Amino acid sequence: MSDESPQGDADAAETVEEIAIADPVAAAVVEGFPGSVAVESHGQSVVYVDRGVLAEVTKRLRDAERFTQCTDVTAVDHAADVERVEIPGVVRERFEVVVNLLSHPRNARIRLICQVPEDDPTVPSVTPLFPGANFPEREAYDMFGITFDGHPDLARILMPDDWDGHPLRKDDPIARIPVTFKGDPAPR
Amino acid sequence: MSDVINEPTAEEARLGRQTDEGAQELRPRQHEVVMTGGVWPDDDETMIINMGPQHPSTHGVLRIMMELDGETVLQAKPVIGYLHTGMEKTGEQLTYVQGATNVTRMDYLNCLGNELVYALAVENLLDTEVPERAVWMRMMLVELQRMASHLLFQATNGMDIGALSMMIYGWREREQVLRLLEMITGLRMNHNFIRVGGLAADLPDGWQQATLDVCDNVEAGVAEYETLLCENPIWQERTQGVGVITTEQALALGATGPILRSTGFPWDLRKAQPYLAYDDVDFEVIYTGNGDVYDRFLIRLFEILESVKIVRQCVARMPGGDYRVQDRKITPPPRGRIDESMEALIHHFKLFTEGFKVPAGETYVAIESPRGEVGCYLVSDGTGKPVRLHVRGPSFYNLQSVEAMVPGSMVADAVAIISSVDPVMGEVDR
Repeated sequence: MSDESPQGDADAAETVEEIAIADPVAAAVVEGFPGSVAVESHGQSVVYVDRGVLAEVTKRLRDAERFTQCTDVTAVDHAADVERVEIPGVVRERFEVVVNLLSHPRNARIRLICQVPEDDPTVPSVTPLFPGANFPEREAYDMFGITFDGHPDLARILMPDDWDGHPLRKDDPIARIPVTFKGDPAPR
Repeated sequence: MSDVINEPTAEEARLGRQTDEGAQELRPRQHEVVMTGGVWPDDDETMIINMGPQHPSTHGVLRIMMELDGETVLQAKPVIGYLHTGMEKTGEQLTYVQGATNVTRMDYLNCLGNELVYALAVENLLDTEVPERAVWMRMMLVELQRMASHLLFQATNGMDIGALSMMIYGWREREQVLRLLEMITGLRMNHNFIRVGGLAADLPDGWQQATLDVCDNVEAGVAEYETLLCENPIWQERTQGVGVITTEQALALGATGPILRSTGFPWDLRKAQPYLAYDDVDFEVIYTGNGDVYDRFLIRLFEILESVKIVRQCVARMPGGDYRVQDRKITPPPRGRIDESMEALIHHFKLFTEGFKVPAGETYVAIESPRGEVGCYLVSDGTGKPVRLHVRGPSFYNLQSVEAMVPGSMVADAVAIISSVDPVMGEVDR
């Protein structure tokens, strides 16, 4: 898992093909936000957007394209990837923030993925648009240390408040520290 | 005294941060103990109390910080993380073969559903189709699991609201479903039975009659609950108009499942985005329009009957054939082949030591669990272990709707509301 080359090989790149025409919503996002790349991943519509416009894209999808629910916000750490799918037009960074949107009127899903560099792990929050993103964004902050700009209450949610580190980062090893509980006497 | 309360400034400081220390600070410390007479606190005095994490009505280790004005709850804030065991991190250390044992422990009332969503996600990345019999077996097992989960809800919901006999009735029927699941999978819970590429084993002898018996008994039980509760004026007083949530609120807060359906929004992934063979069986999406505790109880009650309907169709129409794909890279060879074939032995050994490799890619698969949309976001880098295994637990999202439902209700109603969300803390904290 310590292979440092994040570039995917040619076979993997073939599995992802541009479907800017197949999904009109994805095509509209690509048209409205230059720099976005629409792909199809295993039959699902995915748009790689610039992290600066994540909130605007989400707002556009909510207001203009009737995406009614934000089903999931999560993050991925690609630091230890052996092989990574290469997508033309997308500069891969260490972290990815993934926003899953669901449109009930269209009965369709779309996934927005933005690349987040290691030295500035910040993305705009979608909680002002979808209040339901509150907990998952706090979880992503807790687990990956990614800051969501504009989140009303960005605090740790699963780990204790005074926890050091972000557990789901690949460089946060398992069993890093012995298990202690608050108020425990120091180990002898 | 009031200046002590107002000391941490504005609105957000009133409920404070989630440490115990914070909660203590918010409580008036320099309180004059007034036994008789003396100054009574101001009328605008509010009190902040913790419900949980060790409280019998919080279904595990949920903690709710509530700001009270007398008996009325002004606001409530769920505080979670007490059951966090890093299951998503564990998932990154396990091979795809071992992964099912991990996800099945997340929502421990919907074990088979979690296994299913994980298996579907891995199969999606592998581009594998499972045989028809596996599809129908999976559907039957997941519906049995839904029955068990909703029966447990009936038991605990009744207990929380005060219909204590419901607890015994609900468990009585659930026990039968669990016995049937034990007969089929070998375990009552955490089955690890739905695996990538199919199932762990075929159905045992006599499963048809056993399943139909359970269906009859559950149906009779549901009829009893209906008589006991639906028209019961005490039950109605206690639940109707309590914890009301609108469709707009539910959608905005990411609530799915019975909470969303109780607001008059008939959204069920089994109908809307059919997976397995749900487009091939006959069942109804139960929904109501009031969005209160009573409606959520009613939806779960009648969903049991819909699940019974699906299970009966599965028994009647169970196709023959294989219960897993015969791909030696994904599923183990039959036991008999291991003795006579070197390749079978090697495949068996490789599968259970290092697992199989999954092509690089990412996918999000969602199914309808008893609590709503359970999704699995899976990222692979072409090796034998996932880069990221994220499970979208419906309880995690549904719990946010407590903040919208509780304000304005009584403390005792807050217990009913939390119960009606049906949170499973194993899935909330993962």
